[in-house]
Amino acid sequence: MKYPRALVPALIAVLVVGFWEWFVRSGRVDDVLVPAPTQIAAWFWSALCDGSLASATWVTMRRLTLGFVMGAAIGIPVGALCARSRLARDTIGVLSLGLQTLPSVCWVPVAIIAFGQNEAAVLFVVVMGTVWAVVIAVQESVLSVQPLYLRAAMTMGSRGWHLWTHVIFPAALPGIISGLKQGWAFAWRSLMAAEIFVVILSGFGLGSLLHAGRELLRMDQVVGVMLVVVGVGLLADLVFFSPVERWLRRSRGLER
Amino acid sequence: MPANPSTESSSQLTLCHVTKRFHGRAGLVTALEDINLQVKEGEFLVLVGPSGCGKSTLLSLLAGLEQVDEGSIKLDGADVVEPGRDRLVMFQQDALFPWLDALANVLFGLRLKPGLNDAERAEAARYYLDLVGLADKEKAHPHELSGGMRQRVALARSLAPNPRVLLMDEPFSALDALTRDQLYGDLQKIFTQRKKTIVLVTHNIREAVCLGDRVVLLSPNPGRIRQVFNIDLPRPRRINDPALATLAADITTALSAHLAEPKEGLV
Ligand SMILES: Nc1ncnc2c1ncn2[C@@H]1O[C@H](COP(=O)(O)OP(=O)(O)OP(=O)(O)O)[C@@H](O)[C@H]1O
Ligand SMILES: [Mg+2]
Repeated sequence: MKYPRALVPALIAVLVVGFWEWFVRSGRVDDVLVPAPTQIAAWFWSALCDGSLASATWVTMRRLTLGFVMGAAIGIPVGALCARSRLARDTIGVLSLGLQTLPSVCWVPVAIIAFGQNEAAVLFVVVMGTVWAVVIAVQESVLSVQPLYLRAAMTMGSRGWHLWTHVIFPAALPGIISGLKQGWAFAWRSLMAAEIFVVILSGFGLGSLLHAGRELLRMDQVVGVMLVVVGVGLLADLVFFSPVERWLRRSRGLER
Repeated sequence: MPANPSTESSSQLTLCHVTKRFHGRAGLVTALEDINLQVKEGEFLVLVGPSGCGKSTLLSLLAGLEQVDEGSIKLDGADVVEPGRDRLVMFQQDALFPWLDALANVLFGLRLKPGLNDAERAEAARYYLDLVGLADKEKAHPHELSGGMRQRVALARSLAPNPRVLLMDEPFSALDALTRDQLYGDLQKIFTQRKKTIVLVTHNIREAVCLGDRVVLLSPNPGRIRQVFNIDLPRPRRINDPALATLAADITTALSAHLAEPKEGLV
């Protein structure tokens, strides 16, 4: 029998949520500690109505997108440079490898001292979260482009800029995209860390909303914001990364 | 057609005492040793020889993708030091770009050729795709083509920019006999009409005799020229021609004699 692929997961979700609601309502746990789905939904609705959720999401998304785009815009050419020059690889490349393993929260104190509690600090943290993963991914995927493609292109007269734009980048694209995806995940994490740990005077983001929930002991708000954070991450994957990856796999016959 | 005496004197590709070594994992390999060869403008040269005798290496050197260790390679008197659009290579392995469809693959070299407009480029690309019998596959990506189809797209890609020198490494190895016979005819036609210089590698002696003005027999360890056969049969030649079969049999005999010889027995 044919049915939509989403049907079974949706049913399971409904069951889980239903069980959760029943479990909290039956009084087996304190609903201050574990809010029921309906309580979370109520918070969600009120936050939607007073506009706080929308504005926080907007602030966060703006920071994230800006930081991510800047990180990628720096990381891609630097990664290409590292692939091209042994010296750059031995210096910037090694540095990136090291900094990539540094949890991006560690950039928060640096940012605060350097920039103060403002937008620049947040942006700095997000860029630092993104850039190293992108540098490494671009460097590695450019270095592993099949030499045969380069040889073929060169005998047809491709050189320099043309070789980069028409052969090296297209050949390295799958690796670059997965690097961007990783960079996005790192950016997202570092941004949440920055917003939770730092009172940023220039805007109230999702992380700040989460933090406020903690201060007010509002578990429904905390869980609600967490769900929004998960949702945003999932959405980015759904509307951007997944389609791009699917298109890449399909057009190159890598689909299983 | 007899060559013009003035161009005949300056032979186009000149290899002088060419030696090429590889420092591989398995130690030092002398892929080619003391190769002396002249390829005239408009000549069809075929390289044959057992596997590992340095045929692909020789093409890479001619293409400028590898550098000689000793000796020199000159094209029209100038040293060959880097790849150039005048010497196109069709590689032994499938070197089509997986991110482009068949038409775009054929267009790749054409787009780098100055002096053409887009319409002329597209027309040329379609003409050569049609020539190799793949007019209906222009939108297919390499992974959607069979091995033989990919080889034909690669053939179209190397023919389309109409280079002066065409270096082909076993271009017909993955094709069925019928397509192959048809392409022998097409390649000879392109060769005589456009006065190209072609250096082609093959393991098929009949193919060598059918296509070549000269057939150069190489032997391995180290790669050296063992014997050169002049093929004076009139063109167009047909692969089933009995005269051609006789010549092919001679070369096969020479090849197996060389293979049977002890390694020291050189010269
Ligand atoms: N990049 C390389 N590194 C090390 N050794 C190499 C390299 N390329 C070729 N060789 C060696 O040089 C010799 C000649 O190789 P080549 O590919 O030219 O042979 P071939 O005549 O084309 O063989 P085939 O008919 O099997 O294609 C072989 O012994 C091979 O192992
Ligand atoms: Mg070979």
